[in-house]
Amino acid sequence: MIKVEKSVPLKEKIHQFFKDQGKGKFGDVMVLGGGISGIQASLDLANAGFKVYLVEKSPSLGGKMAQLDKTFPTNDCST
Amino acid sequence: MVEADRHTNIEIFTYTEVESVEGQPGDFRITLTKKPRYIIEDKCTGCTTCVENCPVLIPDPYNQGLCTSKAVHIYFSLAVPLITYIDEECLYLKEKKCKICEAVCGNQAIDFTQKPERVEIKVGAVVLAPGFEIFNPGLKNDYGYGRLPNVITSLDFERLLSSTGPFEGEIRRPSDGRHPKRIAWVQCVGSRRVTPGDNSYCSAVCCTYTQKQVILAKEHDAELEATIFHNDIRSYGKDFEPYFKRAENLPGVRFIRSYVSLGREIPETNNVTLRYATPDQGVKEEEFDLVVLSVGLNPPADALKLAEKFGLQLEPHGFCRVEPTNPVATNQPGIFVSGAFQGPIDIPESVFGASGASSQCGELLNYRRGKLVKEKKYPEEKDVLGQEPRIGVFVCHCGANIGRVINVPEVVEYVKRLPNVVHAQEQLFSCTTNAAKEIIDMVQEKELNRVIIAACSPRTLEPLFQDTLKEAGLNQYLLEMTNIREHCSWVHAKEKENATEKAKDLIRMSVARTTVLEPLREIELPVNKTALVLGGGIAGMTCALSIARQGHEVHLVEKDSELGGVARRIHYTLDGMDVQSYLSDLRSKVYEHPLIHVHTNSEILEATGYVGNFVTRVKSHRGTAGIKHGATVLAIGSREYTPKEYLYGETDKVLTQLELEERLATQDEGLTGSQTFVMIQCVGCRNEERNYCSRVCCSQAVKNALKIKELNPEADVYILYRDMRTYGFREDYYREASERDVKFIRYEPDRAPRVELVSQGGKEFVRVAVTEEIVGQEFGIDADYLVLSSAVLPAKDAEAVSQLFKVTLGPDGFFKEAHVKLRPVEFSTEGVYLCGTAHFPKHIQEVINQANGAASRVLTLLSHDTVTSSGAICVVDEDKCVACAACMTACVYGAIEFRTVGERKAAMVNPAICKGDGLCNAVCPTGAIQLKHFTDEELLSQIDAAGQEEIEEEMEKAVAAM
Repeated sequence: MIKVEKSVPLKEKIHQFFKDQGKGKFGDVMVLGGGISGIQASLDLANAGFKVYLVEKSPSLGGKMAQLDKTFPTNDCST
Repeated sequence: MVEADRHTNIEIFTYTEVESVEGQPGDFRITLTKKPRYIIEDKCTGCTTCVENCPVLIPDPYNQGLCTSKAVHIYFSLAVPLITYIDEECLYLKEKKCKICEAVCGNQAIDFTQKPERVEIKVGAVVLAPGFEIFNPGLKNDYGYGRLPNVITSLDFERLLSSTGPFEGEIRRPSDGRHPKRIAWVQCVGSRRVTPGDNSYCSAVCCTYTQKQVILAKEHDAELEATIFHNDIRSYGKDFEPYFKRAENLPGVRFIRSYVSLGREIPETNNVTLRYATPDQGVKEEEFDLVVLSVGLNPPADALKLAEKFGLQLEPHGFCRVEPTNPVATNQPGIFVSGAFQGPIDIPESVFGASGASSQCGELLNYRRGKLVKEKKYPEEKDVLGQEPRIGVFVCHCGANIGRVINVPEVVEYVKRLPNVVHAQEQLFSCTTNAAKEIIDMVQEKELNRVIIAACSPRTLEPLFQDTLKEAGLNQYLLEMTNIREHCSWVHAKEKENATEKAKDLIRMSVARTTVLEPLREIELPVNKTALVLGGGIAGMTCALSIARQGHEVHLVEKDSELGGVARRIHYTLDGMDVQSYLSDLRSKVYEHPLIHVHTNSEILEATGYVGNFVTRVKSHRGTAGIKHGATVLAIGSREYTPKEYLYGETDKVLTQLELEERLATQDEGLTGSQTFVMIQCVGCRNEERNYCSRVCCSQAVKNALKIKELNPEADVYILYRDMRTYGFREDYYREASERDVKFIRYEPDRAPRVELVSQGGKEFVRVAVTEEIVGQEFGIDADYLVLSSAVLPAKDAEAVSQLFKVTLGPDGFFKEAHVKLRPVEFSTEGVYLCGTAHFPKHIQEVINQANGAASRVLTLLSHDTVTSSGAICVVDEDKCVACAACMTACVYGAIEFRTVGERKAAMVNPAICKGDGLCNAVCPTGAIQLKHFTDEELLSQIDAAGQEEIEEEMEKAVAAM
């Protein structure tokens, strides 16, 4: 369960942001799940100016789509 | 996958799980646990020496345990990262024995001392995309699964079809490895059932994936007999209906509408019998060589744990609870969801849901956009002008896709002898990160100045290989791709020797072209930071709002006098959303946002320009304005079909669903006091004229039927349908309607209901005659109201808009997206995006999802200051141009104009608009236009090389004869 702290005004948020920058693993968004949806979200975010951590529980990206042979209705390759 | 892997702003953690989460939007602190791979990631090269030497066989998880793998292995041949990991079944991990891998690894990459490692990350927002689990029929031994070897799941079958599968793409059955000749598919396994352990919802994807499997299986073996036992066929998606017809019309394919039960296994053959019933033949038992269970989608296995860690609420089926008005929002601010955790959905929706979630993150974190990212740095480009061509050729096996047919080593030996080729080698998958590194290393080592990748079509991977060349310090136009997969190994799968010869020919031709390739310059164009959204319905407004919330000005252009579109006629949804209050709230948010300019009563006169720099002339009562914008979103919606059938328009007793809904919303007494309602589905679609399903009408009929029952529980409601397509969670409402005694009667299209207007005792009603398919008997129903579920049609001006903005329409008249799965919210025309029902009919929640997705794609353009245009464009030799204007007529992008050169005119190509499609240079009568990268010289060299081999052989023979 997330421990929610009291809300912080935007100005302080920005201040905190600049203070934290450069400390350890500091990014914009964590994407959990490296299937087609997680990869697409990561690419969109990264291409729109955000630093992304993409976290996948299995040993490789790809998810279920990587197990599919082709996709409907065009019969294009999945991987 | 590879694109994500190579992106400088994405850091990937695989084999990693979330341990805990703290904080709030803008400042989450997340602890991750990296499981030990027992492999040092930086040292492993993916050479697989350890795999070859490992003595422990384990069921291969990627191949569904249909074949074995080793305890140390690479997850699958295209894995990212392409390195090994050691499974817990390893002898050393279990019994402290063996360690052969450590001894054979040449890079000291094995490390058995690794422990789970904690990593703390700080982020501003989270996107949860944990996917789904397939329904496990083994838990209850459905149809003998788990007990009978020749009963498998659809995902097992998917692996059998695949060239990287257990039998390299040959369909063999588990019991004896024989090629099955009679395959049965059983639909809805685990779905649409209320029995314990099953799911009550429809899994939404199985009907169409089964059709795909049937088509592919028939491609593998044309003699194969395929039988599909199904309930309703739910081909509700874009292009699904023709796809279903394609599968249905294949020879040897039977679609049988029947429930099935397991008969028995025949001990001698391990064949399996199934029992089913048809209206004409009664109960039958039939024998099959292989039975495939079309299993549905379950929530992700760790849904509960995720919910606990992130404080999420789940909906009753165990998927993430989302807001009907914002399907990517969870109950926790700053934590978004995308993909199948939203519920059972198809790939395109997972993709635009992902983009939608990304857009919501962008709204939240706009204040810090661009602060942490790094630009990719390339080495300085080598000047190759005047150098002797030094070509490197990389021939890809594509796993077994190419290597199984073409003798790759033989091709490589042949290529090595060709002129200007200084290096040739084979690669298992040229598209992997490791292979790219190999290419870069070879460019340095052998001082290559041109590269040929002989692999697949350039359509998907050319940008990737071009990037590899840039990383190697070469101009990306010095790359040539030879397509030896689609053009060779796939189409000549049965002629291995000829295919190998053809591959040699194709590469020889590529070498000839590559020898004369020139480095080209790309142009950086500035990006105007404003967007124009055409269409002020829910799609257009949602998209405009999301773009504006990320700091960009938006012009929202609507032809009508007020915003809202078709949604103005929709009052409620199945899941209880009050559409009108949502709409008025959305409308005020749009009007109140300082960055959105609303243009109502407006039409588009002209649309010019190109990505990043469009100019659109808009006419309204305020006059005409030229709007400059960098991105365009087309969200022009759709309309309801006006029926010509079933007495529509001849009597006020016949309504469309939208008309019914409007009257139900006002609790019209004439309606609520009526006794009998008949609804007819598929009016105006799923026919020859419109070969598509309108997707929303089945749910709409159920929704209105439930509303009638709510207002008057005594009313009789009949729904005459062909297939009830209440996909996903909507299935629960279909069941509810059934339980509330709404009567569902199925009809066949060739025995469509007949209607007549009847007056009796001073009362007028519609008499409906329909043949019930199961009992084969004709029913007559006297209806107070006949309600037609009429088709969703493309907007009237779809054609005109498509011409103005130079985008294409699909065969149904809806806009055609760039790629149905992977690029569902954009056009091939750069900088132009789409969302809403202009793309295809869809439910409001899906529209909102897609509109946010389009906003996200727009942001990937508008958040940059410049955009790069291709170097492969046309140029005019002004001396040769006779100003005949043939090129201007040929160009579909309007990229050519005249300019004055001295005393005469000559054509000029605007490099920013030119797409390099090669139409103008083909029609130029004087040969004044050349398409760079495909110049006459380059193409003619390639063509000359085609016949070269034969000529040389003839010459040799001639010389020998002398």
